Amino acid sequence: MKMQTGEDSAQNLVCEAEIEIKNAEGLHMRPAMQFVDVANQFDSDVTVSSGENRADGKSIMQMSMLAATCGTRLKIRAEGADAQEVVSALRELVEEKLFGEPPPSGQKEH
Amino acid sequence: MKFADFVCFEATIPELRARDRDGAITELVSALDKAGKLGKGNREEIIKAVIKREKEASTGMGKGVAVPHVKHGAVKNVVAAVGQSSAGIDFSALDKQPVYSIILLISPVSDPDKHLQTMEKVFKHLQQERFRKFLRQCQKAEQIEDLLREADENPFL
Repeated sequence: MKMQTGEDSAQNLVCEAEIEIKNAEGLHMRPAMQFVDVANQFDSDVTVSSGENRADGKSIMQMSMLAATCGTRLKIRAEGADAQEVVSALRELVEEKLFGEPPPSGQKEH
Repeated sequence: MKFADFVCFEATIPELRARDRDGAITELVSALDKAGKLGKGNREEIIKAVIKREKEASTGMGKGVAVPHVKHGAVKNVVAAVGQSSAGIDFSALDKQPVYSIILLISPVSDPDKHLQTMEKVFKHLQQERFRKFLRQCQKAEQIEDLLREADENPFL
């Protein structure tokens, strides 16, 4: 029992982060699909919250429901052996790559 | 955001004549055009734009529903048409299954937040199995309107 727990906790890491949507158009369907594609490359479970809405980060239908506009801060929670890797990949996609989309025009990037 | 705020109830088609994706898109955009929602002379261009968008990545998100959409200067507010196909239509959906319910959205170019709020409303309901089932069961335009108005009162539908 103890050993199993030890092994479980070694493999079931939890990683949480808050990330901000920075592309002008927000998390519309195409960015949501990219997000789900990246999340699905990892084994960890991914949950994304925006205000009261909570979505499975691997479900396109749930992610489309978040309606995260530019400037929205999302909470990402990953649980599993590669929790840290998935969170850092998602952060890169959202905050650094901006889903390959432009930031708001006339606004300085922070 | 409510369905009644953006769904054009004159453009709800309980049984699409079209048997393929492009035909269904044409039928739904034409219904919005006929209802006077798209301004003059924009129909063809909007049909082409929706199909082009659909070819880039299918909006068939699985579970028998598709949400084709495009942003276009012809509209100042989001407008939507709803169509059903009992035979099912191949939308190259993510789960490779046919699509039975289609919600087509035309959004203004300059208001991305409004577009997202509309998507939030649409998917909040589409992800509920009960809502998808009720939508599929609608056989008349009035039933679609009733269901959507009921969903506006009941967020859990």
